[in-house]
Amino acid sequence: MGTFIPNTKEEQLKMLNEIGYKDFDDLFKVIPEEAKVKGELNLPEGMSEIEVDRKVQGLADKNVIFRSIFRGAGAYNHYVPSAVDAIANKEEFLTAYTPYQAEISQGILQSIFEYQTMIAEITGLDIANASLYDGASAAAEACWMCKDRRHSTIYVSGAIDERVLTVINTYSFGRGSKVVVIPAKDGVTDKDALKAALADDPAASCFLMQYPNFFGVIEDADELCKITQDAGAKFIMYVNPLSLGVLKNPGEIGADIAVGEGQPLGLGLEFGGPYLGFLATKQENMRQIPGRLIGETVDTRGDRGFVLTIQAREQHIRREKASSNVCSNEAWCALRAGIYLSTIGPKGFEQVGTLCSSKAHYMAAELDKIGMKLCFEGEFWNEFATTCPDADKLLAALEEKGILGGLPFKCCGCDDSGCDCILWCCTELNTKEDIDEVIAIAKEVF
Amino acid sequence: MIDPKELKYTKDHEWIRYEGDEAYIGISDFAQSELGDLVFVNLPEIDDEVVAGEAFGDVESVKAVSDVLSPVTGVVVEINEELLDDASLINNDPYGAWFIKVGSITAEDELLSAEDYDKFIEEEA
Amino acid sequence: MKLIFEKSIPGRGQDIFPACDVPEVLPKAELRKAKVHLPEISENEMGRHYTALAKRAHGVNDGFYPLGSCTMKHNPRINEKMANLPGFAKLHPLQPASTVQGANELIADLEKMLCEITGMDGVTFQPAAGAHGEFTGLLLIKAYHHDRGDDERCEILVPDAAHGTNPASATMAGYKSVTIKSNENGTVDLEDLKAHLGPKTAGLMLTNPNTVGLFDPNIMEITRLVHEAGGLCYYDGANLNAVIGIVRPADIGFDVIHMNLHKTFSTPHGGGGPGSGPCAFKDFLAPFAPGLVCRDGKYVRAEKSIGNMTGFYGNFLVMVKAYTYLLTIGKDVHTLAENAVLNANYMQEKLKDLYPIAFDTTCMHEFVIGLDPIYRKTHVSALDVAKALLDYGIHPPTIYFPLIVHEALMIEPTETETKETLDEAIQAFREIYDRIFNAPESVQQAPQTTPVLRLDDTKAAREPHLRFTFE
Repeated sequence: MGTFIPNTKEEQLKMLNEIGYKDFDDLFKVIPEEAKVKGELNLPEGMSEIEVDRKVQGLADKNVIFRSIFRGAGAYNHYVPSAVDAIANKEEFLTAYTPYQAEISQGILQSIFEYQTMIAEITGLDIANASLYDGASAAAEACWMCKDRRHSTIYVSGAIDERVLTVINTYSFGRGSKVVVIPAKDGVTDKDALKAALADDPAASCFLMQYPNFFGVIEDADELCKITQDAGAKFIMYVNPLSLGVLKNPGEIGADIAVGEGQPLGLGLEFGGPYLGFLATKQENMRQIPGRLIGETVDTRGDRGFVLTIQAREQHIRREKASSNVCSNEAWCALRAGIYLSTIGPKGFEQVGTLCSSKAHYMAAELDKIGMKLCFEGEFWNEFATTCPDADKLLAALEEKGILGGLPFKCCGCDDSGCDCILWCCTELNTKEDIDEVIAIAKEVF
Repeated sequence: MIDPKELKYTKDHEWIRYEGDEAYIGISDFAQSELGDLVFVNLPEIDDEVVAGEAFGDVESVKAVSDVLSPVTGVVVEINEELLDDASLINNDPYGAWFIKVGSITAEDELLSAEDYDKFIEEEA
Repeated sequence: MKLIFEKSIPGRGQDIFPACDVPEVLPKAELRKAKVHLPEISENEMGRHYTALAKRAHGVNDGFYPLGSCTMKHNPRINEKMANLPGFAKLHPLQPASTVQGANELIADLEKMLCEITGMDGVTFQPAAGAHGEFTGLLLIKAYHHDRGDDERCEILVPDAAHGTNPASATMAGYKSVTIKSNENGTVDLEDLKAHLGPKTAGLMLTNPNTVGLFDPNIMEITRLVHEAGGLCYYDGANLNAVIGIVRPADIGFDVIHMNLHKTFSTPHGGGGPGSGPCAFKDFLAPFAPGLVCRDGKYVRAEKSIGNMTGFYGNFLVMVKAYTYLLTIGKDVHTLAENAVLNANYMQEKLKDLYPIAFDTTCMHEFVIGLDPIYRKTHVSALDVAKALLDYGIHPPTIYFPLIVHEALMIEPTETETKETLDEAIQAFREIYDRIFNAPESVQQAPQTTPVLRLDDTKAAREPHLRFTFE
């Protein structure tokens, strides 16, 4: 019964008659009868707004909202400043399409140009694109960027998020590229294995590592970068953007490409999406960049303006030879990231990095005191893996108190084979009180 | 612009200029004016083989991309790197802005004299 | 207008984060030394900056937006309200399945409705956009042939009128795209199709109605021929709004389809995204589906799954919006198609005495003007007409697409526009027509009322400035 069609039945009929059709059947007679649906579709009756509201709210109510979250693993519970929602929800931003007509889309174009600048700044690289779907698909696109006629094998660290690896593998199934996983040892990429693998393969195109990696460990990116580039391959860093508030950034390390999940930059948890894939690289790789790029130019009066540019890389012009098929991206999520970074500024960027690190180190030390030891020796930022006598039991006890504990995962490979491990995550939203509560519950359980 | 007499042309609007056993290849004035302001070219690499009648690279304008076909079969011995930095050279001086130099030439497409080419584009229009 | 960086003053900013309540500890790793330039700006100044940007943008809410092939229909507010419910927006994707029963019920319910609408048997919501859905569908086709040991099939047939994403997606899936010609009526040339079908055919990608807004009268024959050759049929659902509730892709021989939730299902496009491109398929493709699906409270993966297209379950909040929309419309979905097609035909009919219609027949949800004859006479191009519309507060149609029509203007009014809006737009088009012949330079110099005038695309591409440079 709900409808957003303005014209009444009478108006519709009048319009139909005015242009020479008896009724809708007459209008649709260009569709062969055999192609048409017979009878009604088996869909529910439409509803009024109040009924819809009640029904969907009912579904939302069936979900559990945790008041305290210590789980990350690719989706992070950071604070979203009020300004982000207030500004991004302006309907001019929300209901616009891709800015094909630059003269009336300067607002969208400029916001993305600012976003591109901010992503380039935080990664320390020259340029960034206008966004991709999410971190995992951006990683797959980044690997493809490195392919040329002589270099096609994709090397990936075994210490990256399995979900990211799966997407890289799926894209590669399509494109027919070989993906080689360099095993992780003690929670970090096995450097010797990487060196050996690259030395044996003149077709190596790139090596992708995660920073901090899936287990939270900050790997020796400088060394991995050197090994990769010495072998003639490109070095791709899959980074947590907020970690770069404190950690040496991809530009300082010398990476060719930085990609990652932009969700920590002003997006909620959202049950996994929409998120934001970001991609930054050196100037020399500009033409290999997938997706939209916004560039500065001037109008006929000489005033500054912004346009979609270097479009001949893209699918709507280059068709089967395009650098990617990306058309829609995540522009609105990029807008949110831009507002977020403008809100926190350089000071907040460093502050949030420090807060996350401090809370995580406090929690790790407290867990250590009750026998839940770090799985790996490597330094970490806001995520870390510990052993646990019985992960299911602890997580259930936490859940009962409205706390989402860390992510249980298979044995870290320590001597105590078959041990339970938990990947914990702290953000600026976890207070000391929250952390102490987890410790207290853990003490009760064990 | 009057198309230079010393060059040969293809019906796909490329020109070729022989120098001994080797040849320079570019696109005609007609081609560049049809394509509009060019912003980028993709060129092959030295030692690549090119085949008569097949694409060896492409040129990009703001909103289109067009293949550039080779008038001859042979091997690329030189590429014009200046074009990679500044594609507007092609618009400004199409007969100076060669794309590639080809050697070891073994086959040749149907080539037109300047006069026949001018006639051809008139008919086309 | 200044960039936000040009409004930044060192030392200014906003206080978001509290003091640290535990000892401050930084990792004993290499730390950042490079300066990071981010704006230092008060909340008030930042708010005004973005408000100024919003005023320089044009959304569906600002005015008529007949951008062909993009289905810029009204984005209902209730959709937004539902997607912002904390019970959805605050869910961690890796929460235990028992704590996300409502979310999974929503997904299952939406899947059921989309299956009914398309006639398909299953849906994956992993793809984040239409092109991503195409890529997914082609990978399903590839996995299917591969599973049968039929790896000889390496070609995807794509009509010349297709969206650029189709051949680009085919390349990503490792296929060679083979172009099929359109006939003089603007639909698939059956003889050309037959000539290209064979043992190498993996499948056909087809948009129907196609990009010139025509329903292919030979559709049953086309899908039959492809199947006979051993290929599968992929339906590009970009134009589903034209036939929703009236034709089901599965009933006319398609095996796999993507839908654009941000087109047919009314979710906003956000200035370029996020969209959502769920891919629906027939049962025999189900074993290859990507991602995890929740079945009986457990997450499971299809036995021969192609893997994952995105990190988690796709753009969930977009799914909430589309679900909300479908609950509202319910079984009356055919009324969307009816009014969309009526509005397009109404505009076509009221313009065809002046503007050359590319294929002058009953169109579906959109129609294409081929301005070429007028351009040849007057040197006023499709681009000029588009720019002139800006001064009337109308977002221009899609221009220079499809490629088979020279100087194309592709107009899709959608069903949520009133007759008055259409009449105003028709009036604007007619006035512009008049100006083309009486004052062509006024059209060639348009727009005049926008924040910036025509922008130099060539300069942007020749001297790329993709970011602000700090001193």
